[in-house]
Amino acid sequence: MEQFAPVKRSKDGQPIRYLIVDDSVFARKNLARMIESFGGHLAGEAGDGLTAITEYDRTHPDIVLMDITMPQMEGIEAAERIVQSHPDARIVMVSSVGYQENIVAALQRGARHFVQKPVKPEVLYEVIKYVLGDDASVTSAAGAGA
Amino acid sequence: MKMELIQPFINSADAVLAQGLQCKTAMGSLSMEEEAYRRKGVAAMVWVTGDIEGRIIIDLDPETAVRVASTMAGAELPESDSLVRETACELANQIIGNAITALNDQGFRFRVHPPVMHTSEEGMKSSEDTEALVMCFETPMGSVFMNIAMRYNRRRQPDRAAAAGS
Repeated sequence: MEQFAPVKRSKDGQPIRYLIVDDSVFARKNLARMIESFGGHLAGEAGDGLTAITEYDRTHPDIVLMDITMPQMEGIEAAERIVQSHPDARIVMVSSVGYQENIVAALQRGARHFVQKPVKPEVLYEVIKYVLGDDASVTSAAGAGA
Repeated sequence: MKMELIQPFINSADAVLAQGLQCKTAMGSLSMEEEAYRRKGVAAMVWVTGDIEGRIIIDLDPETAVRVASTMAGAELPESDSLVRETACELANQIIGNAITALNDQGFRFRVHPPVMHTSEEGMKSSEDTEALVMCFETPMGSVFMNIAMRYNRRRQPDRAAAAGS
């Protein structure tokens, strides 16, 4: 997989910590490979919305990548509940169902952005940088291993 | 089943397979399934409910499933690996999700349910109100089959609006 210039936390230069939420093990592994190529760190994983809420409370990640269609509790409801408890939570919805009503519903209920599956790493990379804003900085690839 | 309903699934399968496998795909056969559907190997099924209801199965023979999963996972996987079955589910999820997105733009309203492994040997066959179509996509890793059995549940939104205005 292509390597990207690492994205780090501005405040302490540490890797961005991610929570990945998807009922598909395959999708979680695929996203984990991508965040690794962005220089990120996997803080936790969840296979449904309910577990996502408890994992968020436990890990306090910098960013959440959240699927929509999941058993027990869908991603949009989980995002809303997380944002109610943690207004600063940064949640990016990652779903194959990308019609406008779905996107609007997710954004209205607290998600910061939406990425449609199949995920292109270069698209997710740009979205993550955009969502993190000034709280993240991109280090040069040459300096990453120094 | 009208072509307006089928075409988004064909377009979506073509795009998702091409991106996931990093190759060109070709549409092979397309046929009406008269008899009960017989599973070919590793199959994932997604139910949709709403203006149109039914199920879609993505089905790969075992060897193709291993090659596709290994390519998408970026590592050689044994046939026994659960990721092989997971890959079929994720393929189904992406193909159907993208198709539903396109159909939603045409005014159809759906709910997509999470994919499940289709383990029975036989599935639903065509009936008076539910037509089952099987299409085959040729890839360098083997054939990927998509079986669609759906029926119109109610008129889509623009048609309902037109009927209400007449």
